[in-house]
Amino acid sequence: MTIATSSPRRQSAFWMAFRSNRLAWLGVALLAIIVFSAVFAPWIAPHDPLQQNILHRLQPPSSEFLLGTDTYGRDVLSRLIYGSRVSLVVGFVAILIAMVVGSAIGILSGFIGGVFDRVVMSLLDVMLSFPTLLLGLMIAAMLGASFENLIIAIAITEMAPFARVARAPTISLKQRDFIEAGRAMGFSDSRLMGRHILPNMLSEVVVVGSMWMASAIRTEASLSFIGLGVPPPTPTWGGMIREGFENILDSWWLAVCPSVAILLTVLALNILGDALRDAIDPKTRVE
Amino acid sequence: MMTKQTTPSQDDIVLDVQGLRTEFLMGRQWKPAVNDLSLTIRSNETVAVVGESGSGKSVTALSILGLLPAQGARIARGRVLFEGQDLTQLSENQMAQIRGNRIAMIFQEPMTSLNPTMTVGDQIGESLLIHRGMSLRDARKEALALLERVRIPAASRRINEFPHQFSGGMRQRAMIAMALACRPKLLIADEPTTALDVTIQAQILQLIKELQEEEGMGVLFITHDMGVVAEIADRALVMRYGDIVEDGRCADIFARPQHPYTRTLLFAVPQLGTMGQGNQPVPFPELDAEGNEKPAPPIADSSIRTEGQPLLQVRGLTTRFDIRGGFLRRIQGRVHAVQDVSFDLRAGETLALVGESGCGKSTTGRSVLRLLEPVAGEVVFDGQTLSKLSKADLKTGRRQMQMIFQDPFASLDPRQRVGDAIAEPLLVHRLVSRADMSATVGRLLRRVGLEPAMAERYPHEFSGGQRQRICIARALAMEPKLIVADESVSALDVSIKAQIVNLMLELQASMGLSYLFISHDMAVVERISHRVAVMYLGEIVEIGPRAQIFGDPQHPYTRKLLSAVLLPDPSRRRMRRTLSIDEIPSPIRPADHVSPKRAYREAGEDHWVMVEA
Repeated sequence: MTIATSSPRRQSAFWMAFRSNRLAWLGVALLAIIVFSAVFAPWIAPHDPLQQNILHRLQPPSSEFLLGTDTYGRDVLSRLIYGSRVSLVVGFVAILIAMVVGSAIGILSGFIGGVFDRVVMSLLDVMLSFPTLLLGLMIAAMLGASFENLIIAIAITEMAPFARVARAPTISLKQRDFIEAGRAMGFSDSRLMGRHILPNMLSEVVVVGSMWMASAIRTEASLSFIGLGVPPPTPTWGGMIREGFENILDSWWLAVCPSVAILLTVLALNILGDALRDAIDPKTRVE
Repeated sequence: MMTKQTTPSQDDIVLDVQGLRTEFLMGRQWKPAVNDLSLTIRSNETVAVVGESGSGKSVTALSILGLLPAQGARIARGRVLFEGQDLTQLSENQMAQIRGNRIAMIFQEPMTSLNPTMTVGDQIGESLLIHRGMSLRDARKEALALLERVRIPAASRRINEFPHQFSGGMRQRAMIAMALACRPKLLIADEPTTALDVTIQAQILQLIKELQEEEGMGVLFITHDMGVVAEIADRALVMRYGDIVEDGRCADIFARPQHPYTRTLLFAVPQLGTMGQGNQPVPFPELDAEGNEKPAPPIADSSIRTEGQPLLQVRGLTTRFDIRGGFLRRIQGRVHAVQDVSFDLRAGETLALVGESGCGKSTTGRSVLRLLEPVAGEVVFDGQTLSKLSKADLKTGRRQMQMIFQDPFASLDPRQRVGDAIAEPLLVHRLVSRADMSATVGRLLRRVGLEPAMAERYPHEFSGGQRQRICIARALAMEPKLIVADESVSALDVSIKAQIVNLMLELQASMGLSYLFISHDMAVVERISHRVAVMYLGEIVEIGPRAQIFGDPQHPYTRKLLSAVLLPDPSRRRMRRTLSIDEIPSPIRPADHVSPKRAYREAGEDHWVMVEA
């Protein structure tokens, strides 16, 4: 009898594919800078983001205020750094909730199948047919503008894609022999779903999560832009764009700086998501 | 007996391969997949390359055709002379002129080799348009002629059908028609009948043989099945790990196999009726490391316990699948997968369910375990009527009935260590405490011939045979009385198959297990079973002791099935001039169909045959 030689684990193959992707490192580096500045905002920010100073209002970028000041004389760079906290926390927490709830719905729907599956999927289709922003707007308006409500609104709007992503592999996995073997051994449905189906598709769901986090950050910015986000004076990127919008012609830095911040964050997350997806499934790579 | 008498001369040589060495890049090193292979094929001659997976037999075909992957593979040495040209020296464009034109190939899986969005006629016509520059109209006419030549009934109608409307055997016929379209000098057939049922396999082999005689082609036949070699080949090369271990005329190889590995392959072929009159299982002979035959383990006295009630009683089991269609999704018909099946199985006994694909043998196994809900019938296991149990009681009631599947890799969770996979049912049913678990898992692994340390590994780190051992260990964990083995050794290489069958026999002898052994592989069935039930279209047509079924088959279908089994004896080739084109009928019936009540007559002791109405 031949003894199988210990071949490298799947994880290490994943790492090899990820490591060799140079673009991925750009995404990692960008995101690392953004996360670092969000975490260490009090030490990095040169000024107090809430400190108003009417004497310094609407100053263009200078050596003291690297990215200039806004209409209340607040330092734009400091507000940008503090604003990243809101964007990242809202994006991350909302996607985490959407991922957990959405995957649970998807797995349940795919596993149970039949009429239940059809009803759930039809409801999700209705949700998906609304533009993300419109749906977020409706929910945020209903709940009122606050940090928690913003997270809930975004979580609900981003849930449907996760349910779809989780359902497809569930349907193919549940026909695999090891699920039937589990049934034959008397495993409960919840064990089959939680212990055997979920781990086998977790990587796909996480990859989709990293991609949709970019979307969640965009939605957060959009809602803040129209005033349904975290209320002032907390600095948020979307809110900063709105305030800067009024003076776009003479004080361009007010709207441009937060826009570039959003752009870079979304870009970093998309690059990272693509790299993760490619590393997990090399077949989907676009050469 | 008809054997072709061709007097080969040098001019007849179609393909001459000399010293071929094909290497693959493994990590940083080039490792040979085919080592110093030489073969010649003359026109009208069939040369078989035989071996198990990884023997290099398919790589040989790919090397000849220049279809090796562009990166990570190379022909290191050797020449492939075809009609005087060295194929290894040709450019990709020049090879494309030869492939599908002068050299044609047919594959194992005809469904994936056919384009599902093109009609069969168009696909056959395609190569005529490309290679022979025919007009569209001529190509179509020729395609029709070809379909008729491969005996597709009502060819003029079926030429416009799509591959999914064809049965497996018909698809392979269509593939052969495509291969023959340009009148090739050489046909390379890579396991063309492996995915087919035995009766269909016999038809396809017969067809290839006849077409070869008409066309005078050379045929390179790649297979793992010595039965197929005996049926079709003039000469055979036996390959193992890239080396040729035996090379010679077919008659010689079968009469006097020189290499022990050839003998191992021969053991895997059914002997039909040579197992003696007894009804005891006969283990496969095993070879030790030096290639000498190990003395067969002594056959235990009957493991069957005849006293008391049978362990499993199945009465009138019926399982159907609704086919819904139309706007309101009404039931338009039903698949009568299992129809009024009854049998007993005693403790320590093996009952084999045999039949061709779609006959309902797997559905029977799943219905017995209630993995599928039967429509009617009663299953009594160990005194307990399973069909009356609630879902919750079923979980514990099913504990002593376990199942082993065909594909051991698919039946193990790829993200679970094998130790956890074996421990999981024990934890779920709280049979073993967590503290004792690793000792129990180690004991089970050792029981199936593995090392306890292997519990830490993942399924993909094991070979196919080892994975099946793991699945057996997992089934044994529950201390079952009955194991339903659904084609459990069918996907394994022949030498591994022998080891697993012997393990199962040994476990039966020591633990008194009963097996419901579902298989289409007569070689295995003949060795492992005490009794055999033959299924056809969802019904048992004949059931009885093994010696009776193989030695004295009564039902016409049993006879047909057994006569289609290929024997390892080239001198007993059946040259049936009339080529049967029977298809396996469909078990789909209209929704209002009432199945006739069948009667059985007793043909011998414990031997029952369905009486034709």
